[in-house]
Amino acid sequence: MTARRAIPFSACAALLLAVPPFLPPYPLTLLTQILIFAIFAMSLDLLLGYTGLASLGHAAYFGIAAYAVAILATRSQASFWVCLLAAVFAATAVAAVFGFVAIRAVGVYFLMITLALGMVVWGLAFRWVSVTMGDNGISGIARPTLFGVSLASPLPFHYLSLAVFLAAFALLWLVVRSPFGLSLQGIRETERRMRALGYDVWLHKYLAFVLAGGFAGLAGALWAYYDGFVSPVEVHLVTSVETLLMVALGGPGTLFGPILGAAVIVLFKNLLSIYTKRWLLILGLVYIGVIVLTPKGILGALRGARR
Amino acid sequence: MEFWLTQAFNGISYGALLFLLGSGLSLVFGVMRIVNLAHGSYFLLGGYVGLTTAARTRSFALALLSGSLAVALIGLGMERFFLRRLTRQSLPQVLLTMGFALVFQDLALLVWGGDPYNIAVPAFLAQSVQAGPVFVNFYRLFIIGVAFAVGVVLWLFLERTRAGASIRATVDDAEMAQGVGINVPLLSAGVFALGAFLAALGGVVGAGFIGVYPGLDFEVLPYAFVVVIIGGLGSFHGVVVGSLVVGLLDNFGKALFPELSYFTLFAPMALILALKPTGLFGKR
Repeated sequence: MTARRAIPFSACAALLLAVPPFLPPYPLTLLTQILIFAIFAMSLDLLLGYTGLASLGHAAYFGIAAYAVAILATRSQASFWVCLLAAVFAATAVAAVFGFVAIRAVGVYFLMITLALGMVVWGLAFRWVSVTMGDNGISGIARPTLFGVSLASPLPFHYLSLAVFLAAFALLWLVVRSPFGLSLQGIRETERRMRALGYDVWLHKYLAFVLAGGFAGLAGALWAYYDGFVSPVEVHLVTSVETLLMVALGGPGTLFGPILGAAVIVLFKNLLSIYTKRWLLILGLVYIGVIVLTPKGILGALRGARR
Repeated sequence: MEFWLTQAFNGISYGALLFLLGSGLSLVFGVMRIVNLAHGSYFLLGGYVGLTTAARTRSFALALLSGSLAVALIGLGMERFFLRRLTRQSLPQVLLTMGFALVFQDLALLVWGGDPYNIAVPAFLAQSVQAGPVFVNFYRLFIIGVAFAVGVVLWLFLERTRAGASIRATVDDAEMAQGVGINVPLLSAGVFALGAFLAALGGVVGAGFIGVYPGLDFEVLPYAFVVVIIGGLGSFHGVVVGSLVVGLLDNFGKALFPELSYFTLFAPMALILALKPTGLFGKR
């Protein structure tokens, strides 16, 4: 990290650490939501922004992890660490299987196959009632006690989410700056040249797909504890597309873009639904507006303005 | 035996409805390569417009006509003013059509409220007759008839007219089609409107059968995609086969393995897509 970047980054991290105790409960929970969806959006950006693969089924991995936590925590009373590991493992494993099926496809066919795979997971969540409780969802996921601290109240849970978020950010930062991450960006730009240079394009894409699934799972596991409730909405196409919107809105191909996009969409949805019943209509208009007005996302627009 | 016959009949009639829904999506995908997430909304809006017309005029025929024409206009507007500037940019297209789907969903809720409705169908269609061990519902026969008629007209249009030939040429190679003088933008607008028209027709027909209610749009959208993917993207024969297969799979799946019924539907789709990315009957 260059010094120019390190200063604002440390400032942001310090602010995130210092401010929460002074926030009232509602804004604090919003901030927690933003962190969780930021992890989710960053994981998708590894595919969309860095590798150039637009997935229409990314909510599958988020949802599988959330369901894993829900099922283990409510039926087996499994501990936090067991749930977290199992959830991330489940999401990664499913991504590893789905990756085999999906990575061969390119362009619009990749969209279609990830859509189809996402539907498989949604169909199971919706209809496999004996395991998932179907449309009713699984409720009553209790927040754990870690190192003697109960995470039931918003503040300690926020710090857990912050810790996970910072860890995910650091790991993803390492990934995208590594030779592997640079090769992914090379594949995004000119796949043919990378192949000619001897890179195993399939393997790079596949690993990016699996990693993205794993990080989405991390976000999904946190979400299950945050909300205490998991339902098929978590794996629905609408959730997948909303995450795409977060990335597209913030600016794909950066790590800060998805965070910004997640913050905007989470705040927008929550605050708007307080003031108007027509928030869905307005969210729809936001989609349309983003596409028509800011094709490169907020970060892209800011950069354009600076030039 | 009775079980199998009844389920097969129900499956085929549901497949007929899916044909109306899927044929438009397939045409649009074939010509424009657009993943249109608002396609289920056309079905929903068609049903609602038809419902209002039927309530006002007491005419089922007018309901069919007004529902599908109104939605065809909406489709035309979406293509002309929004999608046209996003040619071949799949991600912006997906986000844009999702935006429209949300807008339509909320507007429909605002106008028609949250209650489920069934459209009033003519009395002669509302009866059933016993044929051997099976009860044959006339309305289900009517759906099969409509789908058959639409299928024949669509096939004649695609195979026997100049416009149809242009569409087939564009499905095969849009750039080349443009090169030999086919007006692809005009054709795309027409095909998009036609796709919306067919989905909305399905919506009105479906409103007399499964009804029309909030959430129907995102409920039928996966079905439209399954039909199109199994059959083959942009292939007419594919849609015919796909909708029958999906109608039957869905009915037997729900009856035999209720817990895994979506899985029995979506898993074959993902598998087909993995083995043959263009679907069973799709070309390149």
